[in-house]
Amino acid sequence: MNSFLNALPGAISQGLIWGVMAIGLYITYRILEVSDLTVDGSFCTGGAVGVMLILNGYNVWLSLLAAIIVGMLTGLVTGILHTACGIPAILSGILTQLGLWSVNLAIMGMKANQSINVNKYQLLVSLRYLQDVSKGNRPFFQHPIFVVGLITIAVIAILYWFFGTELGCSLRATGSNPSMARAQGINTNLNIVLGLMIANGLVALSGALLAQYQSFADINMGRGAIVIGLAAVIIGDVVFSRIFRNFALKLLSVSLGSIIYYVVIQAVVSLSGINSNYLKLISAMIVAIFLSVPYWKGKYFHKHHHVKGGARHA
Amino acid sequence: MLDIRDISKTFNPGTVNEKTALRNVSLTLENGQFTTVIGGNGAGKSTLLNAVAGTWLVDEGSISIGGVDVTNLPEHKRAQFIGRVFQDPMMGTAATMQIEENLALAQRRGKTRTLRSGITSAERDEYKELLKILDLGLEERLTAKVGLLSCGQRQALTLLMATLKKPKLLLLDEHTAALDPKTAAKVLATTQRIVERDHLTTLMITHNMRDAITYGDRLIMMHEGNIAVDVSGEAKKKLTVEDLLQLFEKASGQQLANDRMLLG
Repeated sequence: MNSFLNALPGAISQGLIWGVMAIGLYITYRILEVSDLTVDGSFCTGGAVGVMLILNGYNVWLSLLAAIIVGMLTGLVTGILHTACGIPAILSGILTQLGLWSVNLAIMGMKANQSINVNKYQLLVSLRYLQDVSKGNRPFFQHPIFVVGLITIAVIAILYWFFGTELGCSLRATGSNPSMARAQGINTNLNIVLGLMIANGLVALSGALLAQYQSFADINMGRGAIVIGLAAVIIGDVVFSRIFRNFALKLLSVSLGSIIYYVVIQAVVSLSGINSNYLKLISAMIVAIFLSVPYWKGKYFHKHHHVKGGARHA
Repeated sequence: MLDIRDISKTFNPGTVNEKTALRNVSLTLENGQFTTVIGGNGAGKSTLLNAVAGTWLVDEGSISIGGVDVTNLPEHKRAQFIGRVFQDPMMGTAATMQIEENLALAQRRGKTRTLRSGITSAERDEYKELLKILDLGLEERLTAKVGLLSCGQRQALTLLMATLKKPKLLLLDEHTAALDPKTAAKVLATTQRIVERDHLTTLMITHNMRDAITYGDRLIMMHEGNIAVDVSGEAKKKLTVEDLLQLFEKASGQQLANDRMLLG
């Protein structure tokens, strides 16, 4: 129990960092209704870009900004493959993700990982700072939970504003009903590309933050990211959907869902002593179960509620 | 207002499923003309509407709206001229968005979407007034999600959205076919009211002969991808179902055997 409590701040910090990625996934998966698998690659791209810029002496904020921009470019590639080349969204994402493997290695100077020395560079978030704050060697506002918490609030505020604009509304319409969107003069292809760019920008930001936090970027750091993101979206939905109706709160629930996910995983590891090797299996199973529940519910509890010709939207 | 010249469309060319849906169709609609379109299954009614709306591009011929050649314009660009109501009540509105958000999207049809606010408070007041014409009480439910509305309410809302920003051309694709008779009559009456108020050039597909005769000032009947009957002016006013059947037999050389059209 003690080890769990000691690990709790770390789990919450990680949850918040991955929460930024999950918010990006929420945009594609829930708002645009596109399954974007670019994520597993663009997460690492963000980490790689962030770490390499810091190693080359650039400002931390600049490294985050660069990560966002490169992340958006990965979304652009997937978007073009999907809309201009007619490749199904899932396959487009897989193609980009595969290509990014080589790109990510190249960014990291053809190495599988690159580490940053916490003592040498001034970072924004770091596991070391978390330990320092709890020992009293650093002020509380350098605690990762505080820093990433603020970043999350800023991200949610910007997205809340954006999805209330004319352009943002047209993006929501594109996801909700493409034929209606086109009939109202909305360029749905352009919006899908834009949505993928915004989402992957956030995913890369999250990757850059995680790389700083753990003080290294690794070619495998994004593996399974999409499952973690989906878990966060689904947990947030299940736990908070009845009380959070506002859009900003829905985004917050994604971030909270990510925290819950990491706390639960930490609890499983600390309390049951299970080999951490099985974590990915457990994650996959949890997500599979949560994704099946709505399907089963629909199949066995609404048998006589059939709407002709529009069941998908009903 | 609408000028269709010799358009043709064949689906799945070169396969066993090849189907020529439109054969050299030409049609000119005068400004403010309300035309009803009737015809059996597969006659090409919906294909004609989709060709005009730009769901896909035609194989041959040209289409212009208000003097602008739109033959090669994609669907979303043609939308600046066209208001549309679909047969499926689910298709015309965004279910996960609010009533007022749907209206705000329609208000911006044909305009570049910027980073300005998606809906203003002045618009809200305006929408409240406009929703009253539907007589469905939706003016009290501006922030309700459209997914919560009935099919009839959604179709009425789609009609309002299609005409919110006055379109050069209004396309109605059997927009009351999926509704119960009472609701259908109500939506049709509203359609008539809006079309007359704004003098909209309208093309309305219906499977109901009586509606086709009652509404509008011109009637065309389609058969095998072409226009078989075209009645307007005084002749249209005096038209009866029997007349229409005779005209069809004369034009196509066969009896009209379509229960859905006769019974409707």
